Amino acid sequence: MHRFLLAVLRRDLTLAARRRGDWLIAQFFFVIVASLFPLGVGPEPEMLARIGPGVLWVAATLASLLSLARLFEDDHRDGSLEHMVLSPEPTVLLVLGKALAHWLIYCIPLLLIAPILGIQFNLPPDAILVLEFSLLLGTPILSLLGAVGAALTLGLRGGGVLLTLLILPLYIPALIFGAGAVDGVMAGTGAEAHLSLLGAFMMLSLMIAPWIAASALRVSLE
Amino acid sequence: MPPPRISVHDLACARGDRLLFKGMNFTLEAGELLLVQGGNGQGKTSLLRLLTGLARPEQGEVHWCGQNVTRQREVYHAAMCYLGHANGVKDDLNPVENLRFADGLQGRPFDEVKAVNTLKSLGLERCLDLPCRVLSFGQRRRVALSALLLAGVTLWILDEPLTGLDVHAVALMESLIRDHLAAGGMVVATTHQALNLEGVKVQRLLVGNVAIPDLTE
Repeated sequence: MHRFLLAVLRRDLTLAARRRGDWLIAQFFFVIVASLFPLGVGPEPEMLARIGPGVLWVAATLASLLSLARLFEDDHRDGSLEHMVLSPEPTVLLVLGKALAHWLIYCIPLLLIAPILGIQFNLPPDAILVLEFSLLLGTPILSLLGAVGAALTLGLRGGGVLLTLLILPLYIPALIFGAGAVDGVMAGTGAEAHLSLLGAFMMLSLMIAPWIAASALRVSLE
Repeated sequence: MPPPRISVHDLACARGDRLLFKGMNFTLEAGELLLVQGGNGQGKTSLLRLLTGLARPEQGEVHWCGQNVTRQREVYHAAMCYLGHANGVKDDLNPVENLRFADGLQGRPFDEVKAVNTLKSLGLERCLDLPCRVLSFGQRRRVALSALLLAGVTLWILDEPLTGLDVHAVALMESLIRDHLAAGGMVVATTHQALNLEGVKVQRLLVGNVAIPDLTE
């Protein structure tokens, strides 16, 4: 069982390393979207610090969504998805492995870039720390729920747009608690409540999303 | 452990509103080949997908060793290997890496020497460290066949296994099928090409209502 999970992880990481172009696009997208806001709303430091957490969270959400449309699509096209589903190991484990690989490949780099963008938005150091922590807890939700959407829209024409419409509303709790945690620490009310709820939402996604995505995958392949 | 046997009971398949076939029955024992024949669009691929469990039948059941496959998915999938139209070969990985992943999927440890030997026996010795992207269609098909051989399973389900293969590869495929059957394996295959299958117990199954001339020599 662990061998299967490791095989899926290792394969996706190897493929990402061979196709660095796809990988860089998501990171550049994050930087560009977050950088457009100061240009649009003006350079007042107080204003930037106030919108900063929300903007960074929305940009991270969109950046991770950009890569999700292809989570199963490439494997579906060359037939390897069928082989993976026909493995004696449970499909749930396959989804979990793919979502984990997506998180490692696309979300961990966002975590590394976010502090620099935080400085650009004039966030104080403790707020940047909480931002990092909220992204660490919140980005797995993006990968897990995204896997459900990717499985549901697999093989559909215009699946990418449909995926965005399906999944973005589900991201709302993560967005509210993630950005709220950073706002909380800046307003002096503390971030614990928001972070706890974010952590709970992450655990809930971890427990439910792989099962839903596995069923959706089987339906999409039929 | 009961002897391997796949049987189909009163199987019906529909694509959308159209009924492709119904009331299909057959039993395949160890050492036998089931040759599925029929014209384009008659439901050959649909039948194979039903047999693999990728699709659910409209009606009827598929049994493995006398038990419904839906109730023993893991046992069945550990004993079966499917090769469809798409090869399931990743373009960015080289043949050895592809086989390593195929082994990981089955939860088996990877034996690199054996994998390399299998690839060589299928005529891929010059392509071992090339990404599959630069291989020809037939060579990629051979990589997929290597994975099939390495899997070491009882039941092969092959959808048009000869497509894109040259004369030598077709002869190789025939001998692979013969060896597999002689070792007590089972093969379900669709093909439009002639197959030389001397000394093999062949069952023929006609899907749909278009008669097909006898293709085996």
